[in-house]
Amino acid sequence: MELSKDTLTKIDEVIGRYPEKRSATLMVIHLVQDEQGCITDEAVEWIAEKLELQPVNIYEVVTFYPMIRREPWGKTHVRVCRTLPCALRGSYKTCRTLEEKLGVKEGHVSEDGEFSIEFMECLADCGKGPVVIVDEKTYEDVQGEAAEKFAEQVKNGTLAKDRNFTSYEDGLAKPRKKTVASKKKGARRK
Amino acid sequence: MAVAKEKRIILKYADAKGYSNDLPCYLEHGGYDMLKKAVKSKPEDICEEVLKSGVRGRGGAGFPTGMKWKFLDRKSGKPIYLICNADESEPGTFKDRQIIYKDPHQLIEGMMISAYAIQAKQAFIYIRAEFFEGARILDRAIAEAKAKKLCGDNVLGSGYSCDIVVHRGAGAYICGEETGLIESLEGKRPNPRIKPPYFPAVLGVYQCPTIVNNVETLCNVKHILEMGGDAFSKLGIPNNTGTRIWCVSGQVQNPGYFEFECGALTLGEMIYDVCGGLNPGRSLKAVIPGGSSAKVLRSDERFTGTLKDGTEFDWGVTDIPLDFDGPMAAGSMSGSGGIIVMDDSVDIVEAMANINAFYAHESCGQCTPCREGSLWMRKISTRMCSGGAREEDPDLLVSVANQIEGRTICAFGEAAAWPTQSFVAKFKDEFIAKANQPAPDDDAEGPARLRLI
Ligand SMILES: Cc1cc2nc3c(=O)[nH]c(=O)nc-3n(C[C@H](O)[C@H](O)[C@H](O)COP(=O)(O)O)c2cc1C
Ligand code: SF4
Ligand code: FES
Repeated sequence: MELSKDTLTKIDEVIGRYPEKRSATLMVIHLVQDEQGCITDEAVEWIAEKLELQPVNIYEVVTFYPMIRREPWGKTHVRVCRTLPCALRGSYKTCRTLEEKLGVKEGHVSEDGEFSIEFMECLADCGKGPVVIVDEKTYEDVQGEAAEKFAEQVKNGTLAKDRNFTSYEDGLAKPRKKTVASKKKGARRK
Repeated sequence: MAVAKEKRIILKYADAKGYSNDLPCYLEHGGYDMLKKAVKSKPEDICEEVLKSGVRGRGGAGFPTGMKWKFLDRKSGKPIYLICNADESEPGTFKDRQIIYKDPHQLIEGMMISAYAIQAKQAFIYIRAEFFEGARILDRAIAEAKAKKLCGDNVLGSGYSCDIVVHRGAGAYICGEETGLIESLEGKRPNPRIKPPYFPAVLGVYQCPTIVNNVETLCNVKHILEMGGDAFSKLGIPNNTGTRIWCVSGQVQNPGYFEFECGALTLGEMIYDVCGGLNPGRSLKAVIPGGSSAKVLRSDERFTGTLKDGTEFDWGVTDIPLDFDGPMAAGSMSGSGGIIVMDDSVDIVEAMANINAFYAHESCGQCTPCREGSLWMRKISTRMCSGGAREEDPDLLVSVANQIEGRTICAFGEAAAWPTQSFVAKFKDEFIAKANQPAPDDDAEGPARLRLI
């Protein structure tokens, strides 16, 4: 199995963090999946050998967790929250809108492999549902007409450019550049 | 009487203008001063302050933190571990996210103080995998802290060392249950362990004594050290000390997260004054006060009884005080602080079916009553919503739920049974009426029906 140098370095670094190698299982699975899109049989064997475990030890983990995949999702993966607080604000409708616009049913990948939709359980942002995660960014209040526009932008790959939709992550205050040391000097002068 | 104002202690800076999640910003705001104080104190003195503060866990069960720390098996001589539960998986809860994304150093400081107090050898943050950026923010914050000797080897020159490792889950709710979390951290399927003997404080991760605390709980430790346990215990009301971050979701005009002193306001004040009430033309139908696992409250219920301190109460839903004991006295619980509001437009059977689908999806499958029961409850309630309801269904549902409760390895069993038991008990008329309703027409023209399942 081929993995990039960067991933291999990260894997070794992650394993080194734990008192016991086996603890790194899930983190190593994440790293492999991030690069390959899913965990194949070959990957199961490879990870088992890396962690000095039996393949079944990896297999049972891979098959348990909803976010670990045996086949890849689409190039753009859309996660819609299904759980009650979001449903109370229309997430079933939002999911349908996305399904229609992207031409793929939830739980599936479009024929061209471009899109996939997953109807997920609570994403821990319930105040501003319906919550939709596109790749790794979280969008809030995706409902009604906004949901139509949103789906359109996802389809065109222009979501990131649309100022009407700012993700939770992009809405955070930007970290400062100032160093701690220069700040401390200022304090001492006082 | 005017409604109490928010008292932001944990969220003091999270949403402040210009406040960012980096170390320089945190230090400008007095960050890590308490860690400096901590490493000059005796660990047992910090534990004593936490005990005195009366602080109760913010993860769901509300167990007193100081007491939990006392249960640590120190005689075994095995290394001690600290785990921060950042799985935030209870539906309706979105408070830990605010701390992780906006003020991660507060959590790291709280963890380092707690780790020092219990003399942990290593600490972990178990974070749900959907917090992609959250995990990166924590990694970055830990690296910043390590570079300044605020974490890692020889913390602030004290000779005490403790590393924090960020561990990502992978989308399973059961990893929020502390023993399931521990199994997951060990690289296994997150099947919860049976208690006894597997109380984490005695036999936790790697069979070593382990403390698992919620994100908000660990942040509180910093403030307890700052104020002193006694002063902290005066915040809120007896047995319900400090503040709590309540998360309001569902059908109110202004949902969101709000930090109040425990007991400072009622559920009604939260819904009508803080969250702007229901949407125009709507009235209150039901509230789930503590995340989807908590028993539902019907808007016209009355609750009477005697509180622990002997005072008698006679409350409507809106009179329930928001603290730990209030929702409990009303037969439900404050759980993780997730308040889910439903108005009169909601089809209550669908709401329950939605919740049942959650538990059926999330059962780990170890215990037969939970695995099979949750699937049956989903099957029955979903059928009821698609035109196949029968008059005997509500009783059938309750009988399934009753066979789960108390017969499982972990508290997920109760979490799965309580919604069904309470929804059916309180809205039985609507469950029976379902039997005479036609199947909903999803393709009907006009404003689409609000579907919940
Ligand atoms: C099914 C289930 C899910 C849970 N999910 C969470 C969770 O997401 N976050 C959390 O902090 N505690 C959760 N808990 C509670 C934990 O088991 C544990 O009690 C808590 O993390 C202890 O921290 P605390 O004492 O600070 O509250 C859950 C419990 C159960 C039974
Ligand atoms: S109660 Fe359910 S979730 Fe908990 S251990 Fe049993 S099967 Fe698993
Ligand atoms: S219910 Fe959708 S984020 Fe919680």
